[in-house]
Formats: sequence, C-alpha cells, structure tokens
Amino acid sequence: MVAVPDELRRTGFAATERRDAWWVAPLLQGTVLAVLITYANWAALQNANYRWGGYLSPLYSPLITISWLPLPPSLLILLPPVLFRATCYYYRKAYYRSYFLDPPACAVGELRGNRYRGETAFPLVLQNLHRYLFYITFLYLPFLWSDVVHATSFGGSFGVGIGTLVILANTTALTLYSFSCHSARHLIGGSLDCFSCSAGARARHAAWKGASVLNARHMLFAWVSFFTVCSADLYVRLVASGVIHDIRLL
Amino acid sequence: METVLKIFRGDGTAGAFRDYTVPLQPGMVVLDAVHWVQAHQASDLACRWNCKAGRCGSCSAEVNGKPRLMCMTRMDHFPPGEAITLAPMKAFPVLKDLVCDVSWNYGVNRRIPAFRPRPPEPDGTWRMQQDDIDRVQEFRKCIECFLCQDVCHVLRDHDRKDQFAGPRFLVRLAGLEMHPLDAASRTAHLKEEAGIGFCNITKCCTEVCPESIHITDNAIIPLKERVVDDFYDPLRRLWRRLRGTS
Amino acid sequence: MDRFETRTYDVLVIGAGGAGLRAAIEAAEQGVSVAVVCKSLLGKAHTVMAEGGVAAALATTDGRDSWKVHFRDTMRGGKLLNDWRMAQLLAQEAPARVRELEAWGALFDRTSDGRILQRNFGGHQYPRLAHVGDRTGLEMIRTLQDRTVQAPRIDVLMESTVARLLTDGGRISGALAYRRESGRFLLLRTKAVVLATGGIGRAYRINSNSWEYTGDGHALAYDAGADLIGMEFVQFHPTGMVWPLSVRGILVTEGVRGEGGVLKNSRGERFMFRYVPEMFRGDFADTEEEADRWVADVIAGRKAEARRPPELLTRDVVARAIAQEVREGRGSPHGGAFLDIASRRKPEEIRKKLPSMYQQFLELADVDITREPMEVFPTTHYMMGGVKVDPETQSATVPGLFAAGEVAGGLHGANRLGGNSLSDLLVFGRRAGLGAATYARAQTGEPQVDAARVEAVTVELLAPFERKGGESPYAVQEALQDMMGTYVGIARTADDLQGALAELERLRGRANRVGVDGNRQYNPGWHTALDLRNLLTVSEAVARAALARRESRGAHTRVEYPDSDPQFGRVNVVVRREGDAMAVREEPIVPLAGDLKAILEGKD
Repeated sequence: MVAVPDELRRTGFAATERRDAWWVAPLLQGTVLAVLITYANWAALQNANYRWGGYLSPLYSPLITISWLPLPPSLLILLPPVLFRATCYYYRKAYYRSYFLDPPACAVGELRGNRYRGETAFPLVLQNLHRYLFYITFLYLPFLWSDVVHATSFGGSFGVGIGTLVILANTTALTLYSFSCHSARHLIGGSLDCFSCSAGARARHAAWKGASVLNARHMLFAWVSFFTVCSADLYVRLVASGVIHDIRLL
Repeated sequence: METVLKIFRGDGTAGAFRDYTVPLQPGMVVLDAVHWVQAHQASDLACRWNCKAGRCGSCSAEVNGKPRLMCMTRMDHFPPGEAITLAPMKAFPVLKDLVCDVSWNYGVNRRIPAFRPRPPEPDGTWRMQQDDIDRVQEFRKCIECFLCQDVCHVLRDHDRKDQFAGPRFLVRLAGLEMHPLDAASRTAHLKEEAGIGFCNITKCCTEVCPESIHITDNAIIPLKERVVDDFYDPLRRLWRRLRGTS
Repeated sequence: MDRFETRTYDVLVIGAGGAGLRAAIEAAEQGVSVAVVCKSLLGKAHTVMAEGGVAAALATTDGRDSWKVHFRDTMRGGKLLNDWRMAQLLAQEAPARVRELEAWGALFDRTSDGRILQRNFGGHQYPRLAHVGDRTGLEMIRTLQDRTVQAPRIDVLMESTVARLLTDGGRISGALAYRRESGRFLLLRTKAVVLATGGIGRAYRINSNSWEYTGDGHALAYDAGADLIGMEFVQFHPTGMVWPLSVRGILVTEGVRGEGGVLKNSRGERFMFRYVPEMFRGDFADTEEEADRWVADVIAGRKAEARRPPELLTRDVVARAIAQEVREGRGSPHGGAFLDIASRRKPEEIRKKLPSMYQQFLELADVDITREPMEVFPTTHYMMGGVKVDPETQSATVPGLFAAGEVAGGLHGANRLGGNSLSDLLVFGRRAGLGAATYARAQTGEPQVDAARVEAVTVELLAPFERKGGESPYAVQEALQDMMGTYVGIARTADDLQGALAELERLRGRANRVGVDGNRQYNPGWHTALDLRNLLTVSEAVARAALARRESRGAHTRVEYPDSDPQFGRVNVVVRREGDAMAVREEPIVPLAGDLKAILEGKD
C-alpha cells in the first residue's frame, strides 16, 4: 500500500477534502437516468397506444408483430438499442459513477476494496463488443427515417403535425447519437496512423474529422436522444389514447 | 488581508495539517503563498516547483481536495476568510510535506516499447502532413504533472500500480501508436502491461488535465478500440485466421 | 565512507535540460557508462519554457537560406564577439540535429509539402525556426527524455545537486552531490564531467528563470580552476511582466511589438523615438506617422516602404530605454513602461494573433490587453557568458571538464539571437557528449578522489544546520538579487560595480552565517543556503567582468562608455580563480579565418 500517513489516508467511502457539492452531479444524473429507464420499460411493456395514424413510437420501431410471441414485440426490438446504450462509452462513465460509485466523483473515496478488475474480467469485458451493437443499431436508422416519412402522411395526403416534428427531432437525435459513437469514429478513420498516405486514407480522414466534431458532443446526444425517444413515445401514446389531440401544422 | 493555509506537514509515516497565516497580495497564486511560508515561517517546508507558469508540471498538489497546479491556482479563486487546505498528491507515497515519490511513473515510462520509425524518403527525411500530426500533437502537450495519475481511482483507491500504467502513459502510448511514422504495434503492451482494461473511462483524468488534453475521448478510448481490433473482435479474428495472418 | 552512496561512471552529465540529455545520449552511444544528475525531476528543466523554436538553416520554408547566412546572422547578432568556429559549427550542424530529433519521434509543425515548417524571428534573415506552436522546448525535452530513459547505459539521478567537483592531479575525478529527497551524500567517481546546468537568472530578483538557475555550472567550473569568458553579457529581455508581484519577470513576447504594440511612459510619450542609436538612425522611423505606415504595411502583407518603428530596435537598446524612463520618474504605477496594443489593433485581431499573451494577462494579471495597456520592465533572461570551451570538443580549460548549452561561453558573443539557444543545446550537447566519452575512454585507471577533501566539503555543506537561529537563507538571496538588480543591472557604472563588489563581500559574510531549520530530508531552506555560494561566485564574476569591459556592446552597457570600442572588440574578458581571489584578464580573440570573413562581409 502507498506510504501515506493516517492523516491523509482517507480512503473510505465518500472521503474527500473537496468542499464543493460533488455529490449533486452523480445524484442528479443517476436519478434522471433511472426515471428515463423506468419510463422506457413501462412504455415498452404496454404493447398498446404506440401508433396513431402515420405516427409510430420509436420504442416500437421497426414494427414487427409476431402473433405467437407472448412478449410485446418492443422488448425484442429494443434489445440491441438498449445494449448499444449499455455499452456506450458515455453511459458507462455515467453509471459507473452514479450506480457503481466507482468512483462517485473525482478525488472522492469509493466503496470497493481489492476486487476491482475494471473492464478486464467477465462480464464487463464484454463492453469491448460495443462496435457490434453499433453495427446492428445502425441498421435501425433507415427504419427510423422511414417513420419520419410515414409521419408526414395523413390519410394518404402530405401533412405536418406536432407529432411529425417530435418524431423528426427524435430520429435526428438518434442519428447524431449513432454517428458520434466512439466505435464509429474509430472504424471510420481513427484506426489509421497516417491520414495522408493514400487517397482512401484522405477520404477517411475527412470522415473522421466529421465524426470527431460529433464525438465531442456524444454526451449531449446521448442525453438528448434518450429524452426525445421517451418524449416521442409519450406524445404518440397520449394522442393514441385520446388524452391530447395532435395539432396539424400543414 | 490575510488568509490561513492548512498545509500538510510530515512524511510517509506521520504528519498533521498545520495552519499558516499568509498576507494576501493582488493576483497571488497558491504557490506564492507557499513560498511566503518558506521565506518567513517554515524554511524547511518542502514543495516542488520550477517554471511558475503552468508549463513544467512540477507543483502538483491537492488544493481543497482537488488535484491542481499550485502556480495556476489564484488565491482569489477561493472565498475570502476561508482556510485553504494544501495536501500532497495521495496516489503516491509522501516523501515530505507537499512532495511525494513519483518515481513509479518513470519506471512505467521506461517499459513502453520505443518509437520505431518507418524508413525515410531517399533524401533521408520524412514527409508528414499537418493533418497527420495534429492528433498526436495534442498528446505531446502533456507536461507530466501526474495530476491525472493522482486522480485516477484505479491508482488512487485501488492501488493497481502493478497492473495499470495510468492515464499519463496511455496518453504517451497514444502518441506513439498514432504517430504517422511509427511502425511498431503496442496493442499487446496496452492490454497486458499497461492494463488498459482497468480504465473504466470515468474521465476524472480529463477533468483535472491542466493542458486540457482530451485524455479519455482522444487517447484512451481510441486505444481501447485498437485493442478490440487485435484481441476482442471475433470477426477480425476469423478474418485474420482465414488470411493466415494471426 | 559508508555515509556516502558511491557510484562510478565514465561520464557524469550535470543537468538534464536539452544540452545535458543530448550529451548523455551521445556519450552512451559511444559505449561508455553515463549518469545524468539533475536538481529537479527529469523533464522539468528550463528548456521546456522555450517557445519560439530552434534555429536551423533547413531551407524548407525559404530555399535561399544556408548555413552561411545563419553564420552571418549569428555573428552580427553577437556584435562579432562570438567564437566564430562555434558559430560556424552551430550553423552547419543544426539542420542534422533537428532532423535527428524527428527520427527520435519529435513532431514539428509542417509545410504544405510535408516538410518542417520554419518561422521568422528577430535577427534571422530568413524563416529559420523549426517549431511546435509555442511549445517547442517541451517537444525537445520530451523527445530527448524518452530517448534517454530507453538507453541502456544511462542512469538518471533525479533531484540531486552537485555541490563540488573533485579533481585528482588537476584532472576531474568525481563530484560530491547530495540527494535532495534524503539529504544523503552521493559520491560520484567519474573520468569526465559535462556541465549542462544552464544560466544564472536567479542572481536577479526580476527574471524569467526557474529556481534552478543559480549558476551552479559556472561556479563549479570556476572552483575547479576553469576559465569563464564573457561574464559581463547578461541578456535582459526588454518586456517582462511587472504586476502583480506573482508574475513579475514572466516574458511578454516580442510578437506584441511586431504586431504594432507601442511603448509609452507615464506622460503618454512614445519614448523610443528618443533612443535610436546613431548607427541605426537610417534604419528606423523618425516620426510616429512613418512608424505607423510600416506597421500598416506589414499587417497588410505588403512590402514595407517606410522604416521600422523604434520599438523594434534590438533587445539591449529597448531594455536600456525602459530602464531609463523609469529611473527618471516617468514609469507606470508599478515601475515599468506601458506596452499598448489595445489602442493599435482591434480586439479580435489581438486575440487571434496573441492568444497566449491574452490568456496570460487575463488569467494571472486581470488585464484585458484588448482594452488596456500592459506594464512591462526588463527581466533577466539569458547568460551569454560561461565556461570557456574548445569549439570542437567543448572541453574546458580543466582536463576532463566539458560544458554545453547556456553554461558554456563564446557562441553568442555579446548578444544571443532568439532560436539559437535551442540549436546550441543540440549541436554542442552532442559535441560535449562525444568529447567527454572520447576523453574518458583514453583515461587509464580508476578516478581517485581525495577523501580528506570530501570530508571537508561535507562539513561545509552541513554547517548551516549548526547555526540554528542564524539568518534566513531566503533573506540573503533576496538581498543579493536586489543588489544585483540595482548595481549590476542594465546600465552599469564603475561606481555601481565597485559598490556591488563591496556589497558582495558583506553578503558573503551573511551567507556564511545563515542557519536552517529542520533536518536534511527534502529541506528547501538548506538547499537555498547551499545555492548562495554559487550565486555569489557568478555575481562577482559578472561584476568584475563588467568593470573590465570599458565600453558598451550588445547586452553590456557602461554609462561612462556609451559606445563600442574597437579595442574591446578584439578581446574576451576572462575570469579565473587564483587561490581565493578572482582574477580578471583580457584575452585576444583568434582572428576570423579568411573564407568565413568573406561570408561575414556578404561576399559569399
């Protein structure tokens, strides 16, 4: 163990000389995340009110109905996006801090003793497969964009309602979240050592630069897209259940 | 105007925080206050410093519990009338007062596989575009203050110095791995020796970096992805086996 | 001698800045055993503070550049007092040394065709400074550091201070050092020593240097009997920050004036017009109108037809002018001159062209340089003088002793050009390492150290602990710094210099009576007490050499002799220890070789 005298060795949980309210951020983040996760789970289990006219809740997209399955289809559909977020480099930071308290905040003591293995052992070593979840959820994007197109269809004629905008905003947020992914940034060009050594490398460098700009805002997109997914579902749900009426803009 | 500094005085076996009352000057930084204490109250108060301009990374300490460079921390950053606590970095053994033994870091550096350039052009020099080196130049801004090592919970709380190189050396490895001239691969070193899997990307290193290097997003995560390429990606493994290059 | 940690090497390098590390790498490559001993942690040496770049005639940015032009610029900048052979070697070898860094992993900024980009700098005719933004020194030190730690035959003894060199029959045989951490003595037997300890800036209160710059190498060489030359040439950078106290001495880049910044006194006068030396009168503007036209042309990227503003005179002239304005009561509130760019350029231009200056003043001084003027005063920056060395091997006049970098004298003459110090470190660091290794290999038998002398030195080193309640070493250091600033500053008179010598005697007495608290473990008070000896030695050398040079040349200004004297242009002032006294003599400069003379006159 490090030679630090007792006066300085404050390694117990939450031990720190920090005087700011370091616990606010992890608490707030943990709470909001819990609320969003709870809502998404609840909504996914309803198996009703996810559709109104051309509007489709993103939690149920792409819509696959399997009649013999005892579970709501949303659960199956949602598994890859959920795992994509669960292994996301940003969300990992958020839940390691807020839920694992490892660490709760910077330069603040934590709970666990000598068993720390980080992401070197099962199950957390599976975080390394994040890129496969990127591949799969990437395939969702065409469906989500087609949902936007469907949301402009009102009984066969073109139109725009509040719901159209909500769904458009959500699809945009999810697209930005996907393209700002750290794995995507690596695959697009980050894996190269020399950007100027071939025409292909130069093209990938241009793409990598774009991905880097988005990647710097990955945390923002992670939060915004989670909010928009839940908001879009809530909007469709409220309209479909007749609680509110969609307002037609065009 | 005066303020009270509570400075840790002691060594690796025993010590205590002692109060020193210091006159405040406009524009004063914490390091000035420490120098004032040395000159007037405790000539043997130990602290490291060199450039006093945030460029050498010598005067790292924990000011009110936060890892910081003392030369770049203004006294008027703190509420007047409140004592300021000064402690040495806690991830390393304390030698005396504000000085700790950071020699472990130099040992880690020594084990990193050296830079190995590809052959030069016929004129004996290399061509590189600014685009190729922008990414690496960020990593080379590091001033080795070791504040990232200090705040990293893997080293600070879990004391995994035998298995984990820490953010500073992941940044250095990133500078070598992504160097446009370098021909060596360090992914095995990253996985086994440097223990990159121990990092759980909670980003405290990035928060404390006085050079604003995006340690986690630009160095560690891209390196984790490179380690995935070589060790965890099943399709790539299959592909390498099919091509017989594994 | 069990009280000592004893180690034996072929070559001992003192100092781990650019010169020391380059010397160690070279010596190790020659196959000898090497130790680098340094006062701070590895990688913290003052080289990290270098911003502008490393001067080398790579001719990548302007194909007209060549070693000959670099040589000529260096000699002219040094007012022809340079060791011409060193200036030639610097100009010829710097390009290879810079490319070598690239082969070791350094990444310099690039041209559009992928080669090393070079920038313009004062005194260099063509863009010549290879650079990495404004952190060239850090890039150099890190590259050399990584190369050093990977080398199998180099031991790095960090946070250890060499207190004395040891000799055996007039040859270097070792060094006595102490570990700062434990206070334990370290007896290093060695065949050769390379001094790479940097400068003497801490002899002055207002300086741009770190605490390490206490003239250790100069004093160690002097004690060992080596010659020091050019000690009167201390470079004062005209624009250092003055307020708040915390940042006093920190550099304000020459770029501020290059971008059109003007110097004003408390009456609002642009006083530099009054200070243009006769020999430059034709080259500089007479009126503010003409000076403003030059700035407008340069900013617009046009060929300037007007003459340059007098703010862009050489460093020595500007520094002297600011000092005189303050002395005559026309200084700013905190005793400096106003450096005003706010009224000359638009705020967004200032933030774009001078980002680090903008940040530096905003964060450390609460001054927004886009809205208000800066206060500046000259700050001690660099020591041109140092150990007299052979230009080929960097060997000093004591066998086994070598010196490279700022601690070595001769290369820069009376004034150093910006960018030449970094190339100096590389070119002569390598030569010193090579010279020391070659010398060490030629020595037969183990180096012998005189046990009685070692014993006597340790008693001397521990004496401050015996004087509990003695004066604080910090107080004596501050008194010395203030005295040097007052009497041996920018403008010197015989009376002041005589006064300084008398004052130094008194300070020496005080230094011998300082006491320290605590124990030997990491005790900065004790370290400061021991550094006083070196500071006193180099301060005396500067004062005596300044007294001997009865002319004004480059960085050295004698109020009674405001002009350069051709007689003094042919001599170096040499300082050497004779017994316990400091002897000063003039030594003729070797005349320039014929072909070099032609280059200097622009005929080649």
